[in-house]
Amino acid sequence: MTEERNPAAIRAEAIESLLIEKGLMTAADVDDVVERYNERIGPLNGARVVARAWRDPAFKQALLDDGTAAIAPYEFEGGQTEKLVVVENTPRVHNVVVCTLCSCYPWAMLGLPPRWYKDPAYRSRIVREPRRVLAEFGVQLEPDVEVRVWDSSAEVRYLVLPQAPDDVAVLPEDELIARVTRDAMIGVERFV
Amino acid sequence: MTKTYELGGVAAPPMVNGELVFDAPWQGRAFGIARGLAERGVYAWDDFRAELIEQIGAFDRGVETSGLDSNVPTPHFHYYDHFLRALETLLVARGVLASGELVERVHAFEDRPEGHDHIHSHEHDHHHHHDH
Repeated sequence: MTEERNPAAIRAEAIESLLIEKGLMTAADVDDVVERYNERIGPLNGARVVARAWRDPAFKQALLDDGTAAIAPYEFEGGQTEKLVVVENTPRVHNVVVCTLCSCYPWAMLGLPPRWYKDPAYRSRIVREPRRVLAEFGVQLEPDVEVRVWDSSAEVRYLVLPQAPDDVAVLPEDELIARVTRDAMIGVERFV
Repeated sequence: MTKTYELGGVAAPPMVNGELVFDAPWQGRAFGIARGLAERGVYAWDDFRAELIEQIGAFDRGVETSGLDSNVPTPHFHYYDHFLRALETLLVARGVLASGELVERVHAFEDRPEGHDHIHSHEHDHHHHHDH
């Protein structure tokens, strides 16, 4: 089906055209939002913060104490981080994030969520059977590793601080940043 | 402001860590409208979120997820269809749009000939298909 014959596409276009006629927004305003989220707001922001926390113990502590305040100097765009809580993975604890009701997500740090994050299967099953869902993502946890599931809401957005790789001290910062994947910051990937 | 950061000489877009943000252009438009109106104060984002929870919750209540794989999309769940429905519902409830005018506009757009000239200037980047 071409875009212009898709019923949802037509409805979206109809809404946009009416809002423009009413002077509530312009097509350029919509373009601006889309461009921001497609090109400027994304997991690279979170990766930079995580890589810095791996190297800088004082920053890491500040991030864990008050995520919102610690990232404020970065002036990330995107919203949905009114209260950011950063949860730390350790050899004995694995954290994973969900929004059981819809799709709340720390946009400013990670961009918009992936498809599976919004899917009913992930939203319900990660709470009921987290180890099994994590295994489907390729995360095999030893029985003595505690799993903590964090449910995002309008008030609180969570970000997982993955464990630092062993070679954290010798890697150039660019490479360190590139190691930090979006999935690791949601908690469905664990590379240490 | 956020700057563009270079990784290994290659500008790394945010989606470097994942899939494209939108599966189809209309999904980006729907998101841009919903978010843009909240940024302009037409409604609070939390009000949109509450409507989205309603729409998604209605779907969730009718689906059994225990046999589903987290890596396979749940059948018939189309997030942006719910997103768009939430947007429409909120705009009509707030009196921003009248449901009648929306229905009329949808019909008018449905009646356009294939490959019509689009009304909006932003549509210039769409590709029109005439090969069917």
